[in-house]
Amino acid sequence: MDLVDVAITFAVALGAFALWLVGTALLIWGERRVIALMQTRVGPNRLGPFGLLQTVADGAKLFFKEDIAPRNIDRFVYLGAPFVSATVALVTFAVIPYGGTFQVSGREVTLQVWDPNIGMLWILAMSSLGVYGIFLAGWSSGSKYPLLGGVRSSAQLISYELAMGLSLAAVFIYAGTLQASQIVANQQIPLFELGPIAVPAWHVVPMLPAFVIFFLTSVAETQRPPFDLPEAEGELVAGFHTEYSGAKFAMFFLAEFMNVITFSAVMVTLFFGGPSGPLFGPGWLQALLPTVYFIAKVGIFLFVFIWLRGTLPRMRYDRLMDLGWKVLLPLGLFWVLATGFAVVLRTSTDQGTVLRIAGVGAGVALLLYLAAPLLARRPRRDTQPEPEPEPKFPTPSR
Amino acid sequence: MSAAVLAQIAAEPPGSAEFWVFLLIGALSLGSALAMVLMRNAVHAALMLVLNFFTIAVLYAVLEAQFLAVVQIIVYAGAIMVLFLFVIMLLGVDRTEPVTRKLPGQGPLAVLFGILLFGALSASVVAPFIGPGSVCGAAAGVDAGGGGLPCAGLAAANEGGNVEGIGALLFTDFVWPFEVTSVLLVIAALGAIVLGRQDEKAEDLVDVVRDPANPPDEERR
Repeated sequence: MDLVDVAITFAVALGAFALWLVGTALLIWGERRVIALMQTRVGPNRLGPFGLLQTVADGAKLFFKEDIAPRNIDRFVYLGAPFVSATVALVTFAVIPYGGTFQVSGREVTLQVWDPNIGMLWILAMSSLGVYGIFLAGWSSGSKYPLLGGVRSSAQLISYELAMGLSLAAVFIYAGTLQASQIVANQQIPLFELGPIAVPAWHVVPMLPAFVIFFLTSVAETQRPPFDLPEAEGELVAGFHTEYSGAKFAMFFLAEFMNVITFSAVMVTLFFGGPSGPLFGPGWLQALLPTVYFIAKVGIFLFVFIWLRGTLPRMRYDRLMDLGWKVLLPLGLFWVLATGFAVVLRTSTDQGTVLRIAGVGAGVALLLYLAAPLLARRPRRDTQPEPEPEPKFPTPSR
Repeated sequence: MSAAVLAQIAAEPPGSAEFWVFLLIGALSLGSALAMVLMRNAVHAALMLVLNFFTIAVLYAVLEAQFLAVVQIIVYAGAIMVLFLFVIMLLGVDRTEPVTRKLPGQGPLAVLFGILLFGALSASVVAPFIGPGSVCGAAAGVDAGGGGLPCAGLAAANEGGNVEGIGALLFTDFVWPFEVTSVLLVIAALGAIVLGRQDEKAEDLVDVVRDPANPPDEERR
């Protein structure tokens, strides 16, 4: 590890940092423009070409705004919460490969800040810490609406994290690794060839249910519409960040949009082959193309996120919880089981035994499914059978 | 005991990053644990506990147990403490329970059992590795005699990958304790459901303006 290595590591980290920050600025502008087009408005178009510099102006405005702090706050937590949100959002993308591997002065450079063994678990760990920023902000503001927003967000994030973890687990089982670089490498093997074009084995094909679960949960985890109940402006003013202004509000804003980019990038990494794609041309182009593919794929998902916001109305809270606990979680559990079964069946030498065990398991599950309603309907012994109650309606008085 | 540990620490090269990280994070860990006990505000105390979990995760990472470090963050900091804070926030922190329901002799007993627990854990986990025969580092894996268990060394433990190693251990040698723990958690969850469950009556779901002349059934009884 000499000075050149240190410089390269630093440059790779700086590149990721720049990509995500510039991406965030562009996303905020793009969201306003695309939403405006969907609503047949114009959107910001004054500052710079196509209004590109609008985000810069807004950011500068936010940082020079007067910083107002209510009297009723818990000062330490109130000041810390935006930092937690922004820091967590910043470090999450460290494990995502955003480009290919190429040679610089005889050394191999991989455009990925950190490629640990635990790989994508880092994403789960950081996204589970992200909730602290939001609900500490809600609690420490010392007023009702932010508190409600904070409570909503913690319940929502906890609920959807389970399904997200299960969908990731299915991919891990299928890929046989947690490491981001290996997951990407797994998807580069051609699935089959259509003449000259090789169709890559992207995980989205065999892991479609996992992708659907992951997509829905990541919309919920980033608290974007239609799952943006923690900051539902029609009910909670602005939710958890009602009492924040100026630079501290800017940090929440930044964290939210950065999370959108990070989760899009995770989806691309896990299900759409990451930065891989057909390489051609001279050396410099081959080094550049993976990053271009990566940005293009992420861009598609960013558009989908914006599209959702422009199309769908906000969900009702009980429906949100039902979707998380009664649909996505059982589906995720089932899919993890099915994936595990498929992998064991593929790798095992004695497939007959595996199939027999699976058959017995499926039979027991079916029996339990049929028997469960019989057990649940048993009347309680300590209550006498009540006479048929006369129908009651919400009347003012009896 | 401490002399051997100090000798071990002193034997590390002074510029060793691991040593300084351990000093810093260890101090932070102890400090946050103390602060968690001493702080008055329940939310602040819970946050100190989160910080403590985080420092312990860093210590795991320094010991090259990456999987344990990340799982520590996901499970404890990310799930359990979030639920904890959720409950504190819902109940309201201002409603502190007065400390009058103390058992007789609770304080001294707590200290006594704390010391006992510490001693038992030290004797069972740490003691086998601090005998004169326990050698880590260059002579790792070689039983030098003298009663101490030899350290296997990080390289041997992490052979074939940290995650794979933990997975293999968890689903072969330790599958029974692992499953028993999960059953224990299920039982606890069922208990919480049974205790917290309220049978909803039809009357509760209907808005009825109370008429003092004609009270509803449960008040008449």
